[in-house]
Amino acid sequence: MSKFRMQDHVLVPKHEVLSKEVAEELLKTLGISPEQLPKIRVDDPVAKEIGVKVGDIVRIIRESPTAGKSIAYRLVV
Amino acid sequence: MTPKRIAGLRFEVLSPQEIRRMSVAKVITPETYDDDGFPIEAGLMDPRLGVIDPGLRCRTCSGKAGECPGHFGHIELAAPVIHVGYAKLIAKLLNATCRECGRILLKDERRDKYIEEIERKRELGQDYEDVVKEVFRLTKGKKCPHCGAEQIEIKFDKPTFFYEGEHRLTPKDIRERLEKISSEDLPAFGMDPRAVRPEWMVLTVLPVPPVTVRPSIILETGQRSEDDLTHKLVDIIRINQRFMENKEAGAPQLILEDLWELLQYHVTTYLDNEVSGIPPARHRSGRPLKTLAQRLKGKEGRFRGSLSGKRVNFSARTVISPDPNLSINEVGVPQIIAEELTVPLYVTERNIDEAREYILRTEHPKANYVIRLDGRRIRVMDTNREELAEKLEPGMIVERQLMDGDIVLFNRQPSLHRMSIMAHYVRVLPYKTFRLNPAVCPPYNADFDGDEMNMHVPQGLEAQAEARSLMAVQEHILSPRFGGPIIGGIHDHISGLYLLTRGEKLFTREEVVSILKPLKITKLPKPKREGLWTGKQIFSSILPEISIEFKAEICQGCEECKKEECEYDAYVVIKKGELLAGTIDEKAVGAFKGIIIDEITRKYGNEETRKFIDNVTHLAIRAIMHTGFSFGISDEDIPEEAISQIHEVIGGAERRVEELIKAYREGNLEPMPGRSIRETLEMKIMQVLGRARDQAGKIASRFLGMENPAVIMAVSGARGSMLNLTQMAACIGQQSVRGERIKRGYTYTNRTLSHFKPGDLGAKARGFIKSSYKEGLTPVEFFFHAMGGREGLVDTAVRTSQSGYLQRRLINALQDLKVEYDGTVREQTSGLLVQFRYGEDGVDPMKSFRGKAVDVKRIINEVLGERA
Repeated sequence: MSKFRMQDHVLVPKHEVLSKEVAEELLKTLGISPEQLPKIRVDDPVAKEIGVKVGDIVRIIRESPTAGKSIAYRLVV
Repeated sequence: MTPKRIAGLRFEVLSPQEIRRMSVAKVITPETYDDDGFPIEAGLMDPRLGVIDPGLRCRTCSGKAGECPGHFGHIELAAPVIHVGYAKLIAKLLNATCRECGRILLKDERRDKYIEEIERKRELGQDYEDVVKEVFRLTKGKKCPHCGAEQIEIKFDKPTFFYEGEHRLTPKDIRERLEKISSEDLPAFGMDPRAVRPEWMVLTVLPVPPVTVRPSIILETGQRSEDDLTHKLVDIIRINQRFMENKEAGAPQLILEDLWELLQYHVTTYLDNEVSGIPPARHRSGRPLKTLAQRLKGKEGRFRGSLSGKRVNFSARTVISPDPNLSINEVGVPQIIAEELTVPLYVTERNIDEAREYILRTEHPKANYVIRLDGRRIRVMDTNREELAEKLEPGMIVERQLMDGDIVLFNRQPSLHRMSIMAHYVRVLPYKTFRLNPAVCPPYNADFDGDEMNMHVPQGLEAQAEARSLMAVQEHILSPRFGGPIIGGIHDHISGLYLLTRGEKLFTREEVVSILKPLKITKLPKPKREGLWTGKQIFSSILPEISIEFKAEICQGCEECKKEECEYDAYVVIKKGELLAGTIDEKAVGAFKGIIIDEITRKYGNEETRKFIDNVTHLAIRAIMHTGFSFGISDEDIPEEAISQIHEVIGGAERRVEELIKAYREGNLEPMPGRSIRETLEMKIMQVLGRARDQAGKIASRFLGMENPAVIMAVSGARGSMLNLTQMAACIGQQSVRGERIKRGYTYTNRTLSHFKPGDLGAKARGFIKSSYKEGLTPVEFFFHAMGGREGLVDTAVRTSQSGYLQRRLINALQDLKVEYDGTVREQTSGLLVQFRYGEDGVDPMKSFRGKAVDVKRIINEVLGERA
């Protein structure tokens, strides 16, 4: 079976794991605790692909029809 | 006492001990009052249960009526009965536990695994219902792993009966079985043993709610009328007593069982009178009783009817009617209403003289009430006026009648968007209707065919200030729905300006002055020709200094736009507040479209726009009255020549339809891709007939001409469409049901009406109407028209109810979301982040340009225009 990257598909937005420092910085600017972020499951196919562990924060960059590029963050649970 | 913070709430099931502990009286007799009208001791109206009659004091807390909150009593039931609300859970529990030893039908290790999972989910604040469901699923009909007893499935017969095989279980048996369930097993069913014991779901004691919950009312005849709950409790006590007497007398088992079942029925209907499977308990009149569940449920229930929404004071409702002389942010309030509603005036040293003046006045803006320092509210009357004025001191509140300049909230239901409630300034007027400027009809979706609207008077200074700065009509000219104006000229405003500005109409000085009379214009521009002004000049006098170009509504959509040289005068050019070319119509000043209104709001703000819309309405009304504008059936007259042309077109189409049918019958019809031959035929026929109607319309409009009032209204966008005109003057066209030609009727002979041959597929037999509304319809045509019309009515009825429910769910789902100052969208209670930037682009749709963040063209024009 040939391996392929899900993120190469046009409909799958780009996911990336934040480093500890960046994550902390983000939470500080938003003024929230990690639980208040939207969630993504560890067993989410894309999450598995980029290799995350519970407690990580994922940055998702989407193409948006209204804003061009929109950035969202999710907490891995 | 120091205030304490509530950490949380937990719902529990009342235990029999708890019910007895909170009870102040054991109720044993079904009687309520004796012959002298005093409540009977140990009866349902026992004075220990609280007081409702003024003057009496509560025997428990010695509070007066109003002070005493009421106290619970209890009824000792002669035999246990099932609580309907828990019947389903009881059935599940019985089937999940052993009939012999009462243990859960799971091995301890597996049970603990599930308990752990439930506990974990509960801590995370997640739903654990599905785990519980799984437990119930896994415990069905097995051998007990603890004592090895065979299990018999218990059948649950709604609402309150349980069978084990053929054997009926009494509530007593059930209670005994539930008692055996171990508290250690309960968490596996999602139950907290500290809060619930399963046997409590079978009632042995019934709490009697305080009389304050079920007050009796005294009718005019002096008779007492008891609350529905009291009636139901009387039934329960009566049967309960009889049951007890029979049991003591040693009555046969059969009779006892009947009474037991009756007791169960009464307790069930007392809790919920809409249980399926049993007849609802009725009043003597045949009306079903409103018992506990009915008090809480539904739109008029406690939650939606009394807590989420309630009736309010300081409000008024009456019919609305138009008044073009008002500003759009004013509302005409009938004098009678203004004299009833009040605004509080907080007396200080600065305004005490003014307040005193209101008290001393005997006519309209006078004081209705004075609220003294001790909080007593005193009505101002002729007898105490002088005294009250004299005793007035700072800190008192004078309730002054509503008067000109006060701010009020104005509302029309259904309140679907925020523009359904706007703040208006009061204008007290004679007569009995609310008056409003017709330009604010679109946001309220109001008309004057008998619509009623509500008015609310904000009482606090903060509320008034917020209403003025956030809710005033001019703050809502731009709609957050599409970033364009929702308030603007309608109907006659558009016709009026169209007539005024079309072409090069010339007006004498007298005419100009008469048209501009209601406006505050003191200087006329230079006349275009000697002593004559054009309509465009008159309109320009109300324009602020803006520069803008756009295509008007009347634009014919030519292949190449000739701009200023447009032969239809449909290209609007405004330079520095001067209308140089083009006709003003719906696209320029109409609600929803109004480009000029849009431009003024962006350039000069809401207040200036408000003034402009006011001026538009005033000017347009004068302009339309200057020419005069009317419309009647004779405006649809078309010459013989046109009629014969229309007949020719329709005749041709009918022949073409016959040809198509013939081709279909002979099998010569080529099917279109993805369609059957029959579908192809239907589509082709629809096409042909549709085209015929359009052609007929074209012929009619050619003969009606551009000066026809109906045509003027249609092309300028004031009211009606060319299709409406076609149907009135030329041909109504195909009637449809479900988007198809009419095909229902006598299915077995395959024809729509007995006037046609079986299988007739012709235009006439399938709902094509060749008459116009003016000519009138043939009986057959009329019938088909009614069929199509009925579908339209049903569709709107269904759509409104469906979209109403959709909106309710949407609002409930979104009500706690708020856009924070940092642009994120958060849930208010949990602080959960929902969007990282509102709408991904952070644009306020109201301040957007028709949905787009910026109007680049406008900015370029603005910058270049100023330089040039």
